Amino acid sequence: MAELSYREAVRDALTSAMRQDDDVFVMGEDIAEMGGSMGVTQGMVDEFGPERVRNTPISEMALAGAAIGAAIQGMRPVAEIMYEDFLTLATEQIVNQAAKHRYMSGGQVTVPVTFRTQGGSGWSPGAQHAQQLEAWFVHIPGLKVVFASTPTDVRGLLWSAIYDDNPVVFFEHRTLYGVKEEVPEELEPIPIGKARVHREGEDVTVIATGRLVHEALAAAEQAAESGVSVEVVDPRTLQPLDEDALIASVKKTNRCVVAHEAVTRMGFGAEVAAVIQYGAFDWLDAPVERVGAKFTPLPFAPIMEEWCVPHANDVLAAINRTVGRNGN
Amino acid sequence: MLSLVAKVEQRGTLSREELRDFFREMLLIRRFEEKVEERFRAGELPGFLHVAIGQEACAVGVCRALEDGDVIASTHRAHGHTLAKGTTPNELMAELYGKIEGCSHGYGGSMHLYDVERGNMGANAVVGGGLPQITGAALAFKLRGESRVALAFFGDGATNIGTFHEALNLAQLWQVPAVFVLEDNKWAESTPEQQHSPIRDLSKRAEAFGMATIKANGQDVEEVYRAARKALDHARSAKGPVFLHLETYRLSGHYIGDPQVYRSKDEQRDVREHHDPLTQLREKLEISDEEFAEMDAEVHDVVDASVDFAKNGTDPKPEDALRNVYA
Repeated sequence: MAELSYREAVRDALTSAMRQDDDVFVMGEDIAEMGGSMGVTQGMVDEFGPERVRNTPISEMALAGAAIGAAIQGMRPVAEIMYEDFLTLATEQIVNQAAKHRYMSGGQVTVPVTFRTQGGSGWSPGAQHAQQLEAWFVHIPGLKVVFASTPTDVRGLLWSAIYDDNPVVFFEHRTLYGVKEEVPEELEPIPIGKARVHREGEDVTVIATGRLVHEALAAAEQAAESGVSVEVVDPRTLQPLDEDALIASVKKTNRCVVAHEAVTRMGFGAEVAAVIQYGAFDWLDAPVERVGAKFTPLPFAPIMEEWCVPHANDVLAAINRTVGRNGN
Repeated sequence: MLSLVAKVEQRGTLSREELRDFFREMLLIRRFEEKVEERFRAGELPGFLHVAIGQEACAVGVCRALEDGDVIASTHRAHGHTLAKGTTPNELMAELYGKIEGCSHGYGGSMHLYDVERGNMGANAVVGGGLPQITGAALAFKLRGESRVALAFFGDGATNIGTFHEALNLAQLWQVPAVFVLEDNKWAESTPEQQHSPIRDLSKRAEAFGMATIKANGQDVEEVYRAARKALDHARSAKGPVFLHLETYRLSGHYIGDPQVYRSKDEQRDVREHHDPLTQLREKLEISDEEFAEMDAEVHDVVDASVDFAKNGTDPKPEDALRNVYA
């Protein structure tokens, strides 16, 4: 076992794939000498050179499109979109092109490209550098969407994303880069489409993604102190979604909270709530609770930003509502 | 087609027979497009259809200059490029009828024609959508040290969109083997060039990136062919991408059924009389009425056969819609 940070785990997946496979390369803004805005690719240009750790201009349409074109011609590019907010600039290429080439060609074209990106609140960058837009991409047939919350998961899932023959949009959360975890020495691929049960419980299932997995685990600790047993499940892959695992957990606990940092309205949790009410209707003892950000752009002032996005106490409050202990 | 290109390469010039073969292919595209118009008006063809009548010399001249392994990306006006890149009239017409035998197996339609085996990375219904991917395909060829070129077709309207500028910038920055072919037909749908671009010479946009540019008369297939060879040789020999600017004319409307209220009847008549690449080549080759009639009849037969083939093709099952979403 070795201890890796989430940041090191991403780098390890990229490096391992590039060592074994000439078709894998990374491209993005400031990823070479600077090592990326979050330091994820630090040092990689020294090992692989500027052809394979490829700096691009600030040009999201072209860098996304070029990654797609190279993928169609048999490479396995990993394009880094520096901030999740800038996915909006690359959306035409990701949504109209990458997601649809295979379909529109009747199965002739394969697009094994990975778009890595990161975002999230916590650093007060304001409304254009901290959004959580994963739900947009879950809505697009042809894309796979991953949102990993731990070093082990991010390493194993990024590996699988790189070797998946479909375009994958791979979300990382900014505040998780420093999170450390004991991981196996050898990289173990984690299959796309499999949820992870972080903590087993009997009374309530919290289905959480990204940063909220950690908030949910903290809330579960607190709930345990008052005798409520919480199961925490991270779907890890948002598309395809491991519906069976989520439904099975709720059938066991009979209550469900969905939690993510993105705004609640039309968030990923809305889809999960629909899946749960349909798949576990007769097992539910309480309405499915949703936890997410307030319906506002992210404000700058830290005091406002912190208020807008959910934390452990919000998850705990939702847990308590499902077991009839509200009063707040 | 390959052996023909090889022969041409040896001599560096086109014989009458070769040009006659080019003419025959241009005539095939013309008759194919006229048949598409006819069948659309008869209510047989679903979808949005854009014909390339007037731009046949661009498609044939460029595609004949390509080598095995080269790839293209096309536009919403893709029938000519697709035929010139080697897709058979039967496969193309079957696609327009939404049949499994079609070149995109009924999943694409007129604006999404693919033929990966023959190097067609796909027609694109988003103006400028294919350009960054051509830069990326060329990057893949460069990284693997392959002697291949990726080539994008697009119109003057596309030179205003961000993907055009970003794709050319990146291609030139990275010196990838790409050729960007501007089919400058003077119209972005119904908007004339002087209303959509502040400059008249659109090559300047490529020059601004430091890219090599070549201009040619897009109505003269021999000139197009020579210019395309030059552009492809340049790109293939690692000298960087090339912008190939073809001056051409769209003799018909933007789409089938377009009443063309935006251009006068006189202008429509004028371009048909003075800028038809087929008329010009026929005169140059001194093709007799008899020879033309014979060729035309043969081409008509091929096109009619493609309609029969398409109509007798296999309809997909509705639930086939769920296939090919993921690999």
